[in-house]
Amino acid sequence: MAAPVLRWLCPGRRWAFARTGGCSYHRRGVPTASTSSGKRGQSSVAQQSLITAQEPRKGDREWAAVVGLEIHAQISSNSKLFSGSQVHFAAPPNSLVSFFDASLPGTLPVLNRRCVEAAVMTGLALDCRINKKSLFDRKHYFYADLPAGYQITQQRLPIAVDGSLAYSVCVGKKRGQAVARTVRVRQIQLEQDSGKSLHDDLRSQTLVDLNRAEGQLRVDANISVHHPGEPLGVRTEVKNLNSARFLARAIDYEIQRQISELENGGEILNETRSFDYKLGCTMPMRDKEGKQDYRFMPEPNLPPLLLYDSASLPAGADPQQVINIDQIREQLPELPSVTREKLVQRYGMLPEHSFALLNEVGLLEFFQNVMKETRAEPKKVTSWVLNTFLGFLKQQNLAVSESPVTPSALAELLNLVERKAISSSAAKQVFEELWRSEGKTPAQIVAEKQLELMRDDEALEQLCRATMEAHPQVVMDLKKGNPRAINKLIGLVRKATLGRADPTAIKDVLERQLSG
Amino acid sequence: MLGWTLREVSAALKQGQITPTELCQKCLSLIKKTKFLNAYITVSEEVALKQAEESEKRYKKGHSLGDLDGIPIAVKDNFSTSGIETTCASNMLKGYVPPYNATVVQKLLDQGALLMGKTNLDEFAMGSGSTDGIFGPVKNPWSFSEQYRKKRKQKSHGEKEDSDWLITGGSSGGSAAAVSAFTCFAALGSDTGGSTRNPAAHCGVVGLKPSYGLVSRHGLIPLVNSMDVPGILTRCVDDAAIVLGILAGHDPKDSTTVQDPVKPFVLPSLTDVSKLCVGIPKEYLAPELSSEVRSLWSKAANLFESEGAKVIEVSLPHTSFSIVCYHVLCTSEVASNMARFDGLEYGHRCDIDLSTEAMYAATRREGFNDVKL
Repeated sequence: MAAPVLRWLCPGRRWAFARTGGCSYHRRGVPTASTSSGKRGQSSVAQQSLITAQEPRKGDREWAAVVGLEIHAQISSNSKLFSGSQVHFAAPPNSLVSFFDASLPGTLPVLNRRCVEAAVMTGLALDCRINKKSLFDRKHYFYADLPAGYQITQQRLPIAVDGSLAYSVCVGKKRGQAVARTVRVRQIQLEQDSGKSLHDDLRSQTLVDLNRAEGQLRVDANISVHHPGEPLGVRTEVKNLNSARFLARAIDYEIQRQISELENGGEILNETRSFDYKLGCTMPMRDKEGKQDYRFMPEPNLPPLLLYDSASLPAGADPQQVINIDQIREQLPELPSVTREKLVQRYGMLPEHSFALLNEVGLLEFFQNVMKETRAEPKKVTSWVLNTFLGFLKQQNLAVSESPVTPSALAELLNLVERKAISSSAAKQVFEELWRSEGKTPAQIVAEKQLELMRDDEALEQLCRATMEAHPQVVMDLKKGNPRAINKLIGLVRKATLGRADPTAIKDVLERQLSG
Repeated sequence: MLGWTLREVSAALKQGQITPTELCQKCLSLIKKTKFLNAYITVSEEVALKQAEESEKRYKKGHSLGDLDGIPIAVKDNFSTSGIETTCASNMLKGYVPPYNATVVQKLLDQGALLMGKTNLDEFAMGSGSTDGIFGPVKNPWSFSEQYRKKRKQKSHGEKEDSDWLITGGSSGGSAAAVSAFTCFAALGSDTGGSTRNPAAHCGVVGLKPSYGLVSRHGLIPLVNSMDVPGILTRCVDDAAIVLGILAGHDPKDSTTVQDPVKPFVLPSLTDVSKLCVGIPKEYLAPELSSEVRSLWSKAANLFESEGAKVIEVSLPHTSFSIVCYHVLCTSEVASNMARFDGLEYGHRCDIDLSTEAMYAATRREGFNDVKL
């Protein structure tokens, strides 16, 4: 109760939905944006669609969806937003409840400085304008986990507004096709979190824990559809989505549902819905009164929150009593967009790889540590880290910190490849072994499994000749001009070398022998 | 002695003319004798006697805490008092025993004051008569004055004496009556729209409403957060100043208190008023003003003028809008502040457990009186 929460509002991103299935549309002859070339008829798969429709729909006009997100993020602080109680993860129920949290009469809210700083930091990181004066309001509704009967929030004038966030989205089927996008952040506000309700259906009762609400990050999605050029449609709200995956599915489902509803002549109600994870659909929540009237009112117990910057700081102000935005800005760590840009500049990395490296906790550090100890090309290291290393982690659901392979070990392995001591396919075998048995170095594994690249040119020459002699048909194919025959030969030679010869070297020898 | 000022009693205590325990017992016995006034909801006899004992020890050692050490005081029953039932004269909080003291209560206790009890009020301080609480109305001590009795006997015949009494005004009627009847030397009230000043006037005592932000509201069960203040009721102005000096100042638990430190002050003795300029707002001369009040007002203005002060007319042009603004703010904030009384965490809870909403509705219907419904 009174635990701090930051709320971001991201106003709608529009996606254009194109039509698939040209028949009905062709009959009515209504043009869409995708056929700007003037061609109508059969080919109506639009190039501009970013989310392809899951099934053909009737109706003949394009739809655009608008999605706005309300993100509730719990602030990491020692005590709550308005009461002095502490915040501990997984404390016994109702053990961290102050008199204010229990809404005892006569108690008053006192603003937590650290929470304000966190809000300012978030606002700066999201490129917002920080409001030097912001206000607190009461939002009223009755619920068991809201003891005061109202929540203290910032509705009229929040602490930060007008920000944006850049992100990358994969388009098309091919990997590596990503585009940069930005989403607007309408505002960031500080607000109280509620308690936690546990419904006991067996005994028909609800248990309330006033320590803190569940879920460090919760998202509500506001979704509407409309035809481009027309006013926005009625929106529904899908509440309390806790994972990115379910968020996407819920939004997709709701967009489809609204389109189907409208195309069938129905109407969309301005209602709150929940997402059923098992069925994969949204359902209306029990809400008999229709639209909630929260009776917003200024919070009279909290004066306006005033923030300063170095220019406006009053002379002789006690640093403990005031918050200086400029000071907080200086203390901000390097933002991800800056880090990603540096990676791209320094290593010539593809932007989507920079995103991938930053998306996993500890992965960037791992990558950088490998880079320190290896002479291999950045592109190779990136590939190994993002594909092989990350692949193994995900398969066993491990965090980077739990990896059995250290950056040094991977660096050593890459050095072996770079020196051509082993082939890259052999390296993969070594990596697997490194993962399984901790303590062994790559060099040891290479020795154990006899994976060194064959250095004996003489022996290689002989093997090639022998292989060609043993497979005259393949040689014949090759001479006829079949391009795949060479690969078959290379494969056969490799097999004979027990995988210890470098395929490129084998190819060279074979080609030389064939031409000579 | 019960009629003495704070300074006089304090001096007497220091000199050993009377002990805190004796003083306490005198007041307790008078409280019992004046029970018919219904000024007190809870009389904290044991607590007060224990505090008196402690105070006595301090006086014996010569280490008194200050002007209020060993002095009986009373607190309106909408201030949170640790371990002592706090009801706000409502069914909703009947039996509610808070776990903490309001800041102003704590300050008084830290000065060694003796807490005689919690005084009666209009339910949740909503009212101006002290007639609307669940414990019944408070009777103005002046109802039992010889003067008033004589007047009534002349006018009414056969009326029951029991029903012939005057109201104390409100909502801090209990505190005003307690001070007026000499059962304590000072009392805490609260003032939102006159709830300290109104009963003070009715009961013939001094009622001080400090400026908003001067005194902490932490622990004062709120009516209108943006207007409430703790109020002070005493029998003379000097006493009110002493109490204000103890209570005023920033409280980190109340973010609406002024930040600047409050300098200690002593009331100047006003023998020379020639440099004083007194303003009388012309808008206050409302047509509804009773002639009796109007003549008293004139009398006071004339008194100042005759002693050399300048008395002029001033204008407060928004006066006529004040009551309307008050009503809007009052109804909104009261509705908001009453939202927490749902029977879940403390206070009255009904027996219905069909659903949360049903429980809320029944609890609030049973707990509140008609004003709130």
